[in-house]
Amino acid sequence: MCTTCGCGTDHVHIDGVGHPLARADLAPLTGGEQFAAVVATDSTGHMGVHAHGTPASRIIQVERDLLAANDSWARLNRERFDAAATLCLNLVSSPGSGKTSLLVRTVAQIAARRPVGVIEGDQQTSNDADRIRATGVAAVQVNTGKGCHLEAPMVAKALDRLPLAPGGVLFIENVGNLVCPALFDLGEAHKVAILSVTEGEDKPLKYPDMFRAADLVLLNKVDLLPFLDFDVDLCEANARRINPGVEVLRVSARSGEGFDAWLQWIEERASLLLPATATTGDEAVS
Amino acid sequence: MHEMSLAESVVQIAEETARNHGGSRVSVVLLEIGRLAGVEIEALRFCFDAASRESLAAGARLVIEQPDGQAWCMPCGGTVTLSSLADPCPRCGSHQLQVTGGNELKVREVEIH
Repeated sequence: MCTTCGCGTDHVHIDGVGHPLARADLAPLTGGEQFAAVVATDSTGHMGVHAHGTPASRIIQVERDLLAANDSWARLNRERFDAAATLCLNLVSSPGSGKTSLLVRTVAQIAARRPVGVIEGDQQTSNDADRIRATGVAAVQVNTGKGCHLEAPMVAKALDRLPLAPGGVLFIENVGNLVCPALFDLGEAHKVAILSVTEGEDKPLKYPDMFRAADLVLLNKVDLLPFLDFDVDLCEANARRINPGVEVLRVSARSGEGFDAWLQWIEERASLLLPATATTGDEAVS
Repeated sequence: MHEMSLAESVVQIAEETARNHGGSRVSVVLLEIGRLAGVEIEALRFCFDAASRESLAAGARLVIEQPDGQAWCMPCGGTVTLSSLADPCPRCGSHQLQVTGGNELKVREVEIH
């Protein structure tokens, strides 16, 4: 674990139950890693960086992606979503953008049409999962401890506790952080970035990795615009500078403004996997 | 601070490589970290020092190659070099850029003893 900031991924709790996630747990899935043949012992001049080699040293060519273990778990997650015809959305934002409020309003409306489940990622507390469960929707809380983002094996373990009903929508609320979650594929169909109008218009420029990784930006808290100097058009333009194809929807989790478009965005994608059955909320995953 | 996760992966790959090849110690790890990969190199080095303690890679030197970011500029119809995802095309100023290189996050070689 990092001794300065304390960041690490070794103390994950899922619904309060400890799941030590040592790197060794993340390793064995790919089967695709290949070790090239051992290269000669004399490393002089090899890649121009190993001129110090001693007679006993050997250079092994590895060529392994640092995210290979995460990505192999993400592939497995994606297969589970595909098998259950489930649309998985990974919600990312900075802390305080209104992610959970937006999610509470969203799941309450979708649950009437489709099975819904939520995986909540936070460093500590089950507050967010409790808020989701209060709507009657199943939620699993992942506490990452010192970790600043969710990784695919954490989602895999959470899925063991969250059966996926066919045609459902699974929301993953990532840890509030506009940097690290951009890099980690969880198996989702889309990353959705949430940016609130109480933040700066230039956030897409400051955090380009995240806004490039997202397929949709939800501009939240637009009910507050009359009280702010926030330039919505400039913010959208900044997002498109980073990601020309990104869609932007203006919403308010408080007033419900813009929710029709957001819910339609979800429905269009979920119905490609399985048309809605339009029943009661009884089929929600439980 | 995802550099900690990445550093843990580096240590794991280095240790596996050493074990699979009968080595008892790792002295050098050669990484390829593209300039658009979203990694703070100094943070990665710091985290590697912490993550490699009491491992076969303890004390190993990190050598890091940083390929430039590359993108296909649609208006220009050509490949250009980028130093940041927020940068416009250095030729025409457009942001219609498709990143084609500089995302690498790889362990390329491990020197073992």
